[in-house]
Amino acid sequence: MIEVDGLKKRFGAVQALQDVSFSAGDGKITGLLGHNGAGKSTTLRILSTVIRANEGRALIDGHDCSTDPLAVRRSLGVLPHASGLYAHLSGRENIRYYGELHGLRGAELNRSIDQLIERLALGAVAERRAKGYSQGERLKVGLARALIHRPQTIILDEPTNGLDVNAVRMLRELIRELRESGRCVLFSSHVMQEVAALCDDIVIISHGRVVVRGTPAEILKATGAPDLEEAFVRAADQGEVA
Amino acid sequence: MGAMWTVFRKEVLENLRDRRVIVSAFFFGVLLAPVIFGLTTTMVSKRAVANQDKPLNLPIAGATHAPNLVQFLRENGVKTEDVELTSDQAMDAVRSGQQDMVLLIGEDYGKALQVGESAPLSLVVDTSNSNTSPSADRARQLLSAYGHQLAVLRLMVRGINPTVIDPVGVHTLDVATPAGRSLLILGMMTYFCFMSMLVGGFYLAIDTTAGERERGSLEPLLTLPVSRSQLIVGKMLATSAFMSVSLLLTLATFGVVLTFIPLEALGMSANFGPRVILAIFAIMITFVPMGAGLMTVVASFTRSNREAQSWLSVVMIFPIAPIMFAVVTGTKPSAGLMAVPSLSQHLIATSLMRGDSIPALHVLICAGTTLALGALLVAVAIKLYQREAILG
Repeated sequence: MIEVDGLKKRFGAVQALQDVSFSAGDGKITGLLGHNGAGKSTTLRILSTVIRANEGRALIDGHDCSTDPLAVRRSLGVLPHASGLYAHLSGRENIRYYGELHGLRGAELNRSIDQLIERLALGAVAERRAKGYSQGERLKVGLARALIHRPQTIILDEPTNGLDVNAVRMLRELIRELRESGRCVLFSSHVMQEVAALCDDIVIISHGRVVVRGTPAEILKATGAPDLEEAFVRAADQGEVA
Repeated sequence: MGAMWTVFRKEVLENLRDRRVIVSAFFFGVLLAPVIFGLTTTMVSKRAVANQDKPLNLPIAGATHAPNLVQFLRENGVKTEDVELTSDQAMDAVRSGQQDMVLLIGEDYGKALQVGESAPLSLVVDTSNSNTSPSADRARQLLSAYGHQLAVLRLMVRGINPTVIDPVGVHTLDVATPAGRSLLILGMMTYFCFMSMLVGGFYLAIDTTAGERERGSLEPLLTLPVSRSQLIVGKMLATSAFMSVSLLLTLATFGVVLTFIPLEALGMSANFGPRVILAIFAIMITFVPMGAGLMTVVASFTRSNREAQSWLSVVMIFPIAPIMFAVVTGTKPSAGLMAVPSLSQHLIATSLMRGDSIPALHVLICAGTTLALGALLVAVAIKLYQREAILG
């Protein structure tokens, strides 16, 4: 469960976020949609407690991102848009490192790692050093790493960038699975089709503001557009005017 | 605590697998430095020994004009050799290196000597050739000794006490202990120890800050339920571990290398048993937190791996500069100097090698100030890691 209310963030002279409010429920997939530079990454960075908002409030599963970041991090799994694997460690060691930093130990940790490796069909790949991984293999290990502590809320930052069709399909399947198990999934994208294919709720962000949010049907109604693509363009333009 | 240990273990494992790190961290200290050191020291001592033992060869042109002088030289262990050279030819021969030096005795020598005038002798030498200048010095000394002997005889013949021409009697008392004489050479060693320490932690300091940011692995790491200070301290511990191992390996290799170097032949002895090695290690290791903190702080400011590397190579000079200064000027230990990190470790280490007694106060000031400065730098590094700018 993510609740965001009136977030503002300034980097020097640049007002990256003007006013961002939305919520993402458990058992739902929420898409954060916007052009490059609209404020998606800044929002996700605030939610993952890497940076702090200047104003406003962000709660993840009831924990405040700015006052209780450690609690937030415990219930949050993050897949960054660069995989950021350690090249000299094997896939398994990469996953184990995150597990240990989440405080998992011994048999419990080993079981979690084995389950994820099986679920993501990492098998032999997991024993190889990450140096020679393909894009898809990196994504899988990155996902395993983000899910090692069974987080309630999962944030994925532009996860489909640069992936081949098979990897995208695998990813969608996994995201749906997470929804079925009652997790809250938030993912960002600048590709409308991507979001339309997957999301229960959509939040469109433009120039640091949420311009429209709701289910796909609600968004069509609010923008008066014939399809989601058109709705996205209109909504984004609306942000420019505002 | 657990997280810090996890970070430490992972950094050590990852960097041990990086061939680039291993080569730079351990190759320099374990092989390169001792080998360079061993070669130069052996060369220096061999040459000194060779010059001492070599009989002085002295080609003489016109030996027949001064049979007594030639006799005197032979009695003093000079191998004389008659050559037929004019003064110009002799100069050419020395200039071209054919001869180390040539003694020219003119025809007028005997006549001048008889009438009591200053008898002309020319010694052709090349002072720019450091190989031959010790021999030239010996020849010059012998010639003036011969002159002195003649002067004394002349004075006695005239009934004058010969001491009138020796108004001051200079005795040189050499107080250098054998170990003291090897100090300049061994001073080089502490320099190598600091280098290997810094080089040993160099890549880790970069990799754990600028490197991690550049590879995009920093941001996900910061989303884990671990405080940033635990992360950065774990990383600095790994850097410190590499620095310490590099230092220990360097000292151990020096211990081995020194047994092969003919220091005794030079009249030197190196006080470098296992106990001294451990003592030097103990005093040098106090510099590790400061080195690790300094490198991490500098690497935190930089935007990329490359930038960090160029900055750090500059920063590495700072701890080493005081040592170079001390070696060149022969600075003596004092309580005040013990407050200067790196210089204080150098002074104590050389005292240990020399076998001098070291005041406990010196050790206390040295370790105290260095560790305090180290703690300060570590605190700065932690502080820097809290900034949002750390993400680049």
